[in-house]
Amino acid sequence: MLFFSRWKAAAILLTALAVCLFAVPNFFSDKVIARWPDWAQRHIVLGLDLQGGSSLLLQVDTGAVRKERLQAVDDDVLRLLRQARIPFTGRAIIGSSVLVHITRPADVKNAIDKLGTLSQPLSGVMGTTGQRSLDITEKNGQITLTPSDGAFTERIRQAVDQSIEIIQRRVNELGLVEPSIQREGVDRILVQVPGLQDPTRLKEILGKTAKLDFRMVDLTETPEQAIQTHPPADSEILSGSKGEKYLIEKRVLVSGGDLVDASPGFDQRTNEPIVNFRFNSTGARKFAEATQANVGKPFAIVLDNQVVSAPVIREPILGGQGQISGNFTVQEASDLAILLRAGALPAPLTIVQENTVGPGLGRDSIMAGERAAYVGAGLVIFFMLVTYGLFGVFANIAVTINVAMIFGVLSMLGATLTLPGIAGIVLTVGIAVDSNVLIYERIREEVRAGRSAINAIDAGFTRALATILDSNITTFIAAAVLFYAGSGPVRGFAVTLGVGILTSLFTAFTMTRLIMAYWVRLWRPRTVPI
Amino acid sequence: MRLLRIVPDNTRFDFMRFRRISFPISAILSIVAISLYFFHGLNFGIDFVGGTLVEVQTKAGPADLAKMRATIGALKLGDFQLQEFGAPDDVLIRIPEQPGGDKAQEAAVQKVRAAFGDTVTYRRVEVVGPSVSTELLSYGTIGLLSAIIAILFYLWFRFEWQFALGAMIANVHDIVLTVGFMSLTHVDFDLTSIAALLTIVGYSLNDTVVIYDRIREMLRRYKRMPMPELLNVSVNATLSRSIVTHVTVAMSLLALLLFGGQAIRSFTATMMFGVVLVGTYTSVFIASPILIYLGVGTGRMGGGEEPETPPAAAAAGAQSPQTPAPAPARPASARRARTRR
Repeated sequence: MLFFSRWKAAAILLTALAVCLFAVPNFFSDKVIARWPDWAQRHIVLGLDLQGGSSLLLQVDTGAVRKERLQAVDDDVLRLLRQARIPFTGRAIIGSSVLVHITRPADVKNAIDKLGTLSQPLSGVMGTTGQRSLDITEKNGQITLTPSDGAFTERIRQAVDQSIEIIQRRVNELGLVEPSIQREGVDRILVQVPGLQDPTRLKEILGKTAKLDFRMVDLTETPEQAIQTHPPADSEILSGSKGEKYLIEKRVLVSGGDLVDASPGFDQRTNEPIVNFRFNSTGARKFAEATQANVGKPFAIVLDNQVVSAPVIREPILGGQGQISGNFTVQEASDLAILLRAGALPAPLTIVQENTVGPGLGRDSIMAGERAAYVGAGLVIFFMLVTYGLFGVFANIAVTINVAMIFGVLSMLGATLTLPGIAGIVLTVGIAVDSNVLIYERIREEVRAGRSAINAIDAGFTRALATILDSNITTFIAAAVLFYAGSGPVRGFAVTLGVGILTSLFTAFTMTRLIMAYWVRLWRPRTVPI
Repeated sequence: MRLLRIVPDNTRFDFMRFRRISFPISAILSIVAISLYFFHGLNFGIDFVGGTLVEVQTKAGPADLAKMRATIGALKLGDFQLQEFGAPDDVLIRIPEQPGGDKAQEAAVQKVRAAFGDTVTYRRVEVVGPSVSTELLSYGTIGLLSAIIAILFYLWFRFEWQFALGAMIANVHDIVLTVGFMSLTHVDFDLTSIAALLTIVGYSLNDTVVIYDRIREMLRRYKRMPMPELLNVSVNATLSRSIVTHVTVAMSLLALLLFGGQAIRSFTATMMFGVVLVGTYTSVFIASPILIYLGVGTGRMGGGEEPETPPAAAAAGAQSPQTPAPAPARPASARRARTRR
């Protein structure tokens, strides 16, 4: 147990040194580190509870994604059946399927063939899964099209990816520093912005879907009449910003997706804040066609299903440019421009969890953590010295290297350090000492039982190491479970505890033994000084 | 240099004798703890029941709690709590989960911000909506249960089933009493509390495994020693290590408790209780004697009461220092096989 070949000793020391070196970048500011090579830049990230900042957990409205998918299928069914000139009735969205009834039985097979083109094979991680995106069944001329679960999951995943991109753009427009935007689970996104004190504006910007449509106002009825009876099949009732009702066609003439630029400005005549916009060539063409065909009629600018304004088309707009006015304040116009530039979210986002920590609390937490760490370490070091004397010194050296290695590993992982994380490190110091205590107490026993000094030390190590392994593994299992079951700061605790256990196992099996081995070799003791 | 020896060498306390007292006491305490949980309840934090937590620091001197209470009361946000938090100008406001789903929580925060405006700095704002809170609660509970089960399997693999069961009973005992403590002291029960409970689980097992390891070694070495005496010898042998380790961990925790700040106060307090309980009581008075009741070492001479075999056996055993390396052999079944002959 006490024999270390020169190679083995060197390997152990070098490994420990290498890991500890990874902790070095933490002592330098970001500017200095930026000049080092990539692999040397990894450092511990301070959690928001230590740094101060805001964290928002956003949920993608999967219901809206489903509805949109069904609507798309519905539109496709209409298009395909009309193209094929197949008469049908009763086209409707019921539950999570689209139903349509084919009038002539003879057409059914043809209809199914045509509609079958809508269904595509789904691919998973390992190639095609064998599932199709759309399940099509038929009974007595009634065709039911149901998007499969796999298709929904895929669509949700795409929606989350798209949302992350758009959030990234919006957050950048706000000029926020180093935001972190990540997927969390299947349908959630975690946005973390260090240093942000008041996330109110951020929440407003992220809360709006910003779906912009240009549609015609339906003049066949007044809104009041339409509310009394049913609105016509292809129109719907929408409200304006002050609650006034409009009857708007469902058909979208041009959508915000074709916008190429949007900027806030002021109306030349009235000086009220407005948003100037510009379409790409497709959008410009559609806009030109729509305005040419509808001179003299009002068209509605709809934002997130609310009518912003409904001006009358005075002349055809061929240049693809225009302005939106709707009683905006300067801030509202500016925000709308940001939203339009960044693009519309594929589905609405709801904030399900929010966490903001001010810098004052962050600083206090760091100070408290540091103080507790120093006092705790000091007490432990003192106690070990008093109880085990020289061997206590060895143990203290081993534990110090242990803590340095913990920081090294955390740096390598780029892990986040939270206040519970610091508590985890302090706790690990106490637990790491246990390994050494087990060894030393065993050595004492062996001495009492009559062994010579070197044999006692050797036997102490041999007997104790199995126990050390067993006891540490059980704590490690607890830490691992905590990592999976927890989130945020608790995860930080699980990480430091787990890493601490691994490094303390390493130092118990190597460091203490190494120090002891060299001491024995150099001093050749007759008696054990504990 | 005279070193500190808290525990003298060769102690010979008869710990197992107390099992007739410790088991009933533990049973009663557990029942008390469980009834505390059901009748007194736990102070669930917003992590598990949803709601909003706002920690503010008044800019102009100590906080006027009555006035602040009136301000928030006027907002009609339900049954809120307001209390001083660590310093006279530091106030913690807790607003219950608002009806209306996730969006309503946001509205509540805005109202609070508007009500206080610039008169305070916001040290911390935490909002947990209904969807997340139910998840956190289930994840936390499942986590706790799966940890216990995972460790049970690991112990079953390393020791025999009686040891695994004994450890699990001791563990559950620790958790039940700690939950009772948390109910009694009304500390915040949130995610960090689950972290504390899981750490106590790990630490409790750590300690139990050390003693069980020694018991296993003793079982192999002294094939004729009756169980109570064997257990006493094992516990006495590991006593020195246990005390030193428990003192060390307690010191680390004490530092955290005194200096770690208000933010993790509930966490450190819970840990302190659990660790002290484990260290001084459970491993010695519950986990070890329970092996007798689980049938470990039946078939030994005097399977129960009188410590007949003289301690000279211990000295005799020490002359032959080579104990066989831990083999996958199952000592209990081997012993039973022998006595059947």
